[in-house]
Amino acid sequence: MSRPVSWRGRRPARPILAVMDSDGELLGRLRSGDERAFVGLVERYHEPMLRLAASFVPSRAVAEEVVQDTWLAVLRGLAGFEGRSSLKTWLFAICVNQARKTGTREHRSIPVPDPEPVVDPSRFDASGGWSAPPEHWIEVAEGRMKAGKLADRIRSWIDVLPARQREVVLLRDVEGMTGEEVCAVLALSDANQRVLLHRGRSRLRQLFEDEFREVR
Amino acid sequence: MRLLRGRDLVCQQAVELVTDYLEGTLSRSARRRFEAHLAGCPHCTEYLAQMRETISLTGRVAPEDLTPQMRDEFVDLYRRWQSEQQ
Repeated sequence: MSRPVSWRGRRPARPILAVMDSDGELLGRLRSGDERAFVGLVERYHEPMLRLAASFVPSRAVAEEVVQDTWLAVLRGLAGFEGRSSLKTWLFAICVNQARKTGTREHRSIPVPDPEPVVDPSRFDASGGWSAPPEHWIEVAEGRMKAGKLADRIRSWIDVLPARQREVVLLRDVEGMTGEEVCAVLALSDANQRVLLHRGRSRLRQLFEDEFREVR
Repeated sequence: MRLLRGRDLVCQQAVELVTDYLEGTLSRSARRRFEAHLAGCPHCTEYLAQMRETISLTGRVAPEDLTPQMRDEFVDLYRRWQSEQQ
């Protein structure tokens, strides 16, 4: 006999979102002028937006201006938001548009270059097999995460990823957006989105390995 | 590197396919070759598990809290905006 499969808990719900209403309810509260709904939204998205904006503009100060402008644009745009995208996608799209208006990052229009290997080629032998295989780190990292000692570290690693990888990793893996949503927000092709995601994630994996190999 | 062909998939190629594998964008035959490689390769199996763990850990990074001062600034921003609407 098959038991009902519970999907609860499989969703990577983040604490603050769990206590927040669904997008629809939240939107309703925002439109009816609920100040707490707006502050809740800011608490949830301000810092992630700052991180995202920072990859488009030359300084933290400019990123802060961008995000301030984003919140004003959000307030002005709320009445006209039709819910065709998720609230989150809409917010980040506004943020990226504000950042692009402000930012002057030259490599913005340069296409994604040909992929480079994501694992140091010296870790493989001549036949392409591992000569220096991945070292175990999952359990140690889990322990650190549960002890609340890893999140800051991961944030700092994400911040040193190349800008375009950082943008994709932030939206896909930190914010949990779909590939389609990320392509829309960042104006990327699906193929380029995947290349950037692959490199960003691979680099983070290497950083975990480097970090926890030393601990053992 | 050799081409992806037959059963020729080697570790150095497999690690480049991990994201496409997780995204479900590999062709059926590439997926089969990837899985066949994993079945015989504990290191690449470990590598895939580490990539999944990387995604999982990254997804558990919550936003940093706003300072009370910033929170107040946003309450002000909101009230200013609201008063302009009336």
